[in-house]
Amino acid sequence: MNLKPETLARIDEVITHYPEKRSGTLPLLHLIQEDLGYISDESLEWIATKLELEPINVYEVVTFYPMFRRKPIGKRHIKVCRTLSCALSGGYRTCAKFESEFNTRLGETSPDGEVTVEFVECLASCGTAPVVMVDEVLHENVTEAKAKEISDQIKAEAAQRG
Amino acid sequence: MSAPAETRIIFKHIDEEGYSNDIACYQKHGGYEILKKSVTQAPPDIRDEVKKSGLRGRGGAGFSCGLKWSFVDRKSGKPIYLVVNADESEPGTFKDRYIIHQDPHQLIEGTMISCFANDVKQAYIYIRGEFPEGARILEKAIQEARDAGFVGKNICGTDYSCDIFVHRGAGAYICGEETGLIESLEGKRANPRIKPPYFPAVLGLYQCPTIVNNVETLCHVKHIMDMGADEYLKIGTPNNTGTRIFCVSGHVKKPGYYEFPCGAVTLGTLLNDVCGGPLEGRTFKAVIPGGSSAKILRFGEKFTIKNKDGTTKEWTVEDIPMDFDSLAAAGTMGGSGGVIVMDDSVNMVDALANINAFYAHESCGQCTPCREGSLWMKKISTRMVHGEARPEDGELIKNVADQIAGRTICAFGEACSWPTQSFVAKFGDEFKTYATDKKAKPADSLELV
Ligand SMILES: Cc1cc2nc3c(=O)[nH]c(=O)nc-3n(C[C@H](O)[C@H](O)[C@H](O)COP(=O)(O)O)c2cc1C
Ligand code: SF4
Ligand code: FES
Repeated sequence: MNLKPETLARIDEVITHYPEKRSGTLPLLHLIQEDLGYISDESLEWIATKLELEPINVYEVVTFYPMFRRKPIGKRHIKVCRTLSCALSGGYRTCAKFESEFNTRLGETSPDGEVTVEFVECLASCGTAPVVMVDEVLHENVTEAKAKEISDQIKAEAAQRG
Repeated sequence: MSAPAETRIIFKHIDEEGYSNDIACYQKHGGYEILKKSVTQAPPDIRDEVKKSGLRGRGGAGFSCGLKWSFVDRKSGKPIYLVVNADESEPGTFKDRYIIHQDPHQLIEGTMISCFANDVKQAYIYIRGEFPEGARILEKAIQEARDAGFVGKNICGTDYSCDIFVHRGAGAYICGEETGLIESLEGKRANPRIKPPYFPAVLGLYQCPTIVNNVETLCHVKHIMDMGADEYLKIGTPNNTGTRIFCVSGHVKKPGYYEFPCGAVTLGTLLNDVCGGPLEGRTFKAVIPGGSSAKILRFGEKFTIKNKDGTTKEWTVEDIPMDFDSLAAAGTMGGSGGVIVMDDSVNMVDALANINAFYAHESCGQCTPCREGSLWMKKISTRMVHGEARPEDGELIKNVADQIAGRTICAFGEACSWPTQSFVAKFGDEFKTYATDKKAKPADSLELV
């Protein structure tokens, strides 16, 4: 496994936050997913060894929490809130706009590998519904028009990357 | 009518121009002075003050904070932990997010005062995984506070030491339930524990005595120590002291957050005057007053309320004062303060199907009634929405809900039953006619499922 040196340093530091190593499971999964993009079998086993656990202990955690994934996704991750306040403000339309802009379907990655569009549950910003998270950035009041703007921005950034 | 003025205590500096989340700004506004004052007092005196203030938890259940602290096992010899519940995942709730983003030091100060009062040596802030930015802001703020001697070793130059670490969740609502949260913090699935014996105050994190409090609750502690319990008690109504932040979303002109003394505004004033009323050309139809698990209220319904002296009075939805006890008297709850408003463009079957999809997704799956029941409720309501409604579906779905509440390990069972039970009780007609009456669904209604 090729973890960045800063990831390894963060891992060693974060374990010291807890009296029991097992508590490091979620933080380690986050750090490794941020570094490598997803949680492979190899990562699972590596974490288990690091925290003196059985691989199954890590596996059961990975499968419980929606944010951890077992496969790579698109370069950009579009998470549209589907819960009531957002839906009442047109969140489903917003989602459909992203799907059509990137020619992809909910839960899937666009053919060019650029984006993965997903529904998520309430993002705790219901007052500015509908809301969308692109990677780690929250976008508020994402009407269809604003979804188009965000999509154009993502496409422009992709083009620049080449 | 003009909107009544807010009383901002917790949200005093939220959105204030020039107010930033760094420690210099916080201290310029008097920050950490209350902590300095508190650490010169005896911890039991602080606990007494909080108890006297009548502070009720702002995370959902509205349980007395002072009483919760009094349950902590202080004789076991084990370390005592404090966990800040920053999971904020009840749909419709979005107050803790703003405290964390814009005023993190307020939370840290409230947390440190509470730690000192309870002889806590180690605290964790459990923040939901969807708040990566919030976690970074908190980590930076804690480091600033550590450097300034307000967190960590020898706080404010005393021999009291206590550290705070941030722990991120990963997208599961059940981590907000206090024992699920503890399991998650221990590095496991967030499966809630059976109470008894696992009352956090006795057997919590690492089987040690543990306090779990909501972000907003801990901020209130700071202000109680600032103004004193006697002054704090004057805000709000008896048994419903202090201010409350209402998060209003859905079909009003001005959604957002508003802070008022408990009971100082009615639901009608909040929605009509403060939030600008319904959208153009619309009328209010229903409101969920305390996060999506609170029972729904239907505009036009009446409540007969018993006064203390035995007489009765009548309330409409608009008359309900926004405090814990009044909302409970109207058959619902103040919960997390998340007020979700629906107007006449909404079909109630659609709205319930949306809510049921949430709960079916979030059940931890330990209890059969909850795991299976929440899924059935989702399947039936979704089937109704997708053109296969039967007249008896309303009764059927309510029947399923009735089999869940009271038969589960944690209160998620209630949280997922109450929407279905109350929607069918109050909008039974819509559930009956959904199969046949095309008018039951407004032509311009949005897709909700
Ligand atoms: C299913 C479920 C979800 C909950 N979610 C949250 C939450 O997101 N945030 C929160 O503070 N409390 C939540 N609670 C309430 C907590 O269990 C706990 O009562 C609260 O954090 C205690 O803090 P308080 O006394 O300061 O309110 C939830 C409870 C249940 C049953
Ligand atoms: S009630 Fe539901 S969420 Fe709570 S422990 Fe049981 S299955 Fe899990
Ligand atoms: S419902 Fe979408 S952020 Fe809460």
